Amino acid sequence: MAEPKQIGSIQFGLLSPKEIRKLAVTKIITPDTYDDDGYPIDLGLMDPKLGVIDPGLECKTCGGKPGECPGHFGKIELAAPVIHAGFARLIRKIMRATCRECGELSLTEEEKEGYREEIEKLKSLQQPIDDVRRDAFKEARKGSTCPSCGSDMSDVKFDRPTGYYVNDQKLMPTEVRDWLAKVPDEDLLVIGMNPEMARPEWMVLDVLPVPPVTMRPSITLETGQRSEDDLTHKLVDILRVNQRFQENQEAGAPQLIIEDLWELLQYHVVTFFDNHVSGIPPARHRSGRPLRTMAQRLKGKEGRFRSNLSGKRVNFSARTVISPDPNISVNEVGVPETIAKELTVTMHLTERNLEIARDTVLRGPDSHPGANYVRRADGRKQRISDKNREELAEKLEVGWQVDRHLKDGDVVLFNRQPSLHRMSIMAHEVRVLPYKTLRLNLCVCPPYNADFDGDEMNLHVPQTEEARAEAEVLMKVQNQMLSPRFGGPIIGGIHDHISGAFLLTERGSRFDRDDATELLRRAGIFELPEPEGQEDGQPYWTGGGLFSQLLPEDMDLRYTDSSGEPVIIEGGELVEGRMDDRAFGAFSGEILDALLKEYGVREARRFLDNATRVAIHAITKLGFSFGLSDEDLPDEAGTQIADVMTSADEKVENLIETYELGELDAIPGRSLEETLEMRIMQELGEARDQAGSIAEKFLGEDNSGVIMAVSGARGSMLNLTQMAASVGQQSVRGERITRGYRERTLPHFERGDLGTAAKGFVQSSYKDGLTPTEFFFHAMGGREGLVDTAVRTAQSGYMQRRLINALQDLNVKEDGTVRDTRDTIVQMIYGDDGIDPSKSDYGEAVDVERIAERVTGRSP
Amino acid sequence: MGKNYEVSRHDMVPEHEVIPGEKVEELLETYEIDVRQLPKILVNDPVAKEMETEPGDVLRVVRKSPTAGVAVSYRLVIER
Repeated sequence: MAEPKQIGSIQFGLLSPKEIRKLAVTKIITPDTYDDDGYPIDLGLMDPKLGVIDPGLECKTCGGKPGECPGHFGKIELAAPVIHAGFARLIRKIMRATCRECGELSLTEEEKEGYREEIEKLKSLQQPIDDVRRDAFKEARKGSTCPSCGSDMSDVKFDRPTGYYVNDQKLMPTEVRDWLAKVPDEDLLVIGMNPEMARPEWMVLDVLPVPPVTMRPSITLETGQRSEDDLTHKLVDILRVNQRFQENQEAGAPQLIIEDLWELLQYHVVTFFDNHVSGIPPARHRSGRPLRTMAQRLKGKEGRFRSNLSGKRVNFSARTVISPDPNISVNEVGVPETIAKELTVTMHLTERNLEIARDTVLRGPDSHPGANYVRRADGRKQRISDKNREELAEKLEVGWQVDRHLKDGDVVLFNRQPSLHRMSIMAHEVRVLPYKTLRLNLCVCPPYNADFDGDEMNLHVPQTEEARAEAEVLMKVQNQMLSPRFGGPIIGGIHDHISGAFLLTERGSRFDRDDATELLRRAGIFELPEPEGQEDGQPYWTGGGLFSQLLPEDMDLRYTDSSGEPVIIEGGELVEGRMDDRAFGAFSGEILDALLKEYGVREARRFLDNATRVAIHAITKLGFSFGLSDEDLPDEAGTQIADVMTSADEKVENLIETYELGELDAIPGRSLEETLEMRIMQELGEARDQAGSIAEKFLGEDNSGVIMAVSGARGSMLNLTQMAASVGQQSVRGERITRGYRERTLPHFERGDLGTAAKGFVQSSYKDGLTPTEFFFHAMGGREGLVDTAVRTAQSGYMQRRLINALQDLNVKEDGTVRDTRDTIVQMIYGDDGIDPSKSDYGEAVDVERIAERVTGRSP
Repeated sequence: MGKNYEVSRHDMVPEHEVIPGEKVEELLETYEIDVRQLPKILVNDPVAKEMETEPGDVLRVVRKSPTAGVAVSYRLVIER
């Protein structure tokens, strides 16, 4: 491989007419492409000198075959010069700053020298010169007479896209060119142009470069008809008008006709470069579709930059629907056999893997751990088929390569869009499985933000040993369990994992020998611990005792669970407390966090795999369901809730009364109306909370919904309150609902009604069902929520794009400094403290108390 | 606001101090950099102006940091 070269500098400039002519391998005259026999016409737009696209032909310029020849430029000699619309604004700026008579910049010599020096200095400091240029243009435009020749300088009017007027007289492109040509080189330096690279008169085109056919290939339809590229169409238009112009000019046609044709030529050249210039209608295809010309090829989301350069399509990748598999490790990904047979990993044959490779090749491309290709030592590649597999297997030699199927244990990258953080792409080990979906462990749903309502995910197979090693060390799920966002676990149990562990470790839960064995078997533990005790002559085990088997033997830990109860682990035994989301849940797992930081990622991962498997088995064994009847409340509860609602209604009525009597005392800093609203909101909030506690009381701790809410598995008590007791106040913009008709929200209410129902309080529960007016208010509040999320995602997405663009090239060097690509220091120490948040303890470098506790063996 | 208003006395303005030449050399050596690779501050920055710094001076800035308590940074004074 050739030694990589360093780029010294990049110079941007304009193509001069001279260069365009030098670049061109042929001139183009005829607006036709192919003759009747289907051969390209010489001096036509498909001239064979411009390169080859048809297989089997050779380029007339370089002799290369299609794919080898990059194509060559041609040229069209324009019968009359035209303005390049992309530079129209710059041309205007220059004409406004220079004298039409002598071409000099309307600044004094001293001023010019000053600007030149300033630009020189900024350039040497590699600083942008934009501000100086802007100043120079602004200064030069000010004077009304030319400082060097004394002639009048009248303002140049500009008519998009390419019209220039001086004293209401249109300037023809020839005049513009002559004017620009008069500007001296030294004056160009003042406005920051390098006259060697970009003379202003080059912005008026005398000769048009014709792009090679390789960038505007024609395609043959099934009907055998040729269909030309949009650029070719545009070039045909240019050539036709050019020809007509020439004929008319030679025939001595009247000036009016000449000018019309000139205008038309200008239009075609402008749209050739950019078909979305404002001020002129876009050129259209016969079918009415706007043409996709130069600028459109580059611009925007579907342009060359964002679509083809920033975003490339790759080989060795797969995408399909995902589904859950609680029995594979978080480190693994289930890959359908059909995909495993398509994606390959290259085996480099040595004496040690020759026999394995032989077996693999022998199995062929269709039976699973087989192979698709062999590459001989000389680089020749051959597809393995059912027919040649035996022969090829026989011939295999050291030094050959075999592209074998993906198999169990291979490291692959797994990704779900939008890739918002680094955990959106993680490395997994392959598990080849039947069926057609990619399978993942439920614990990795939070980092990917995945669910299974039809989500699809991508899979990539690293192709070199280095890439595989790097992926495994840096990106493997177990190495990504601590989030760089807050220094705690982002991967952990969810939903049933939590409910299951909660039920398993319930105080007084008992399991007989069979059940205990079965549970621990899920964690790969085949020996039961000592039984907790005897009942009716049979030994029994407690859920907590069984769960303790998953913990390291020397683990000590104390924390409070999400209900505020203490959890104590001593010597690897769960002494007190119950497992909930604070134990090993995603975003909050304390046990998981301690394991990660004190026992290492492998131990933590093993614990998570086992604990979730055991929890799932426990919840399956114990049974768990939630349905409409779980929201049933006894009649007594209904009466109590109704009482709460009535009394709240009364209290609100009283408040309104006192307000209307003018007896309400305003809260400092609030108006009377605001005070009333706040008091009412407060009252109604309390009413709903009371209804909630009544519901909670009657639902009881055994209710599935309550279990899920209390354990932190899913949902909250508020959700249950809304379902069983009362939905509560609906709001738009943080206020009770006020909009609608004059002085009332809906025609169902009296004008000026400030009561609860008229302002969007929903007394009913979701289970009872809402009244029509309640339903309407609920829809209003709901709509606001939807709009808010839509707006938020759009805004945060754009903010992230800008942040990434600004920060992507910064990195932390060995000495801890943060530097950009020019090695300029941005931060003396990363984050001021040099701490990698994903290796920190919730943002802190060390938890001193925890260490002291572990060293001294004393709890604080 | 009287004439003797000093920005450097404001609570939100971190401590700035010009460091002597030999210290600059030391600093550049530890980071293996050229002066131009340091973060910059304009001469007409209110603090730099108040301290009557010259382009080429290096300022030591000590600010309070939510992560590290105190964070030290250096800035090269440059011309506008």
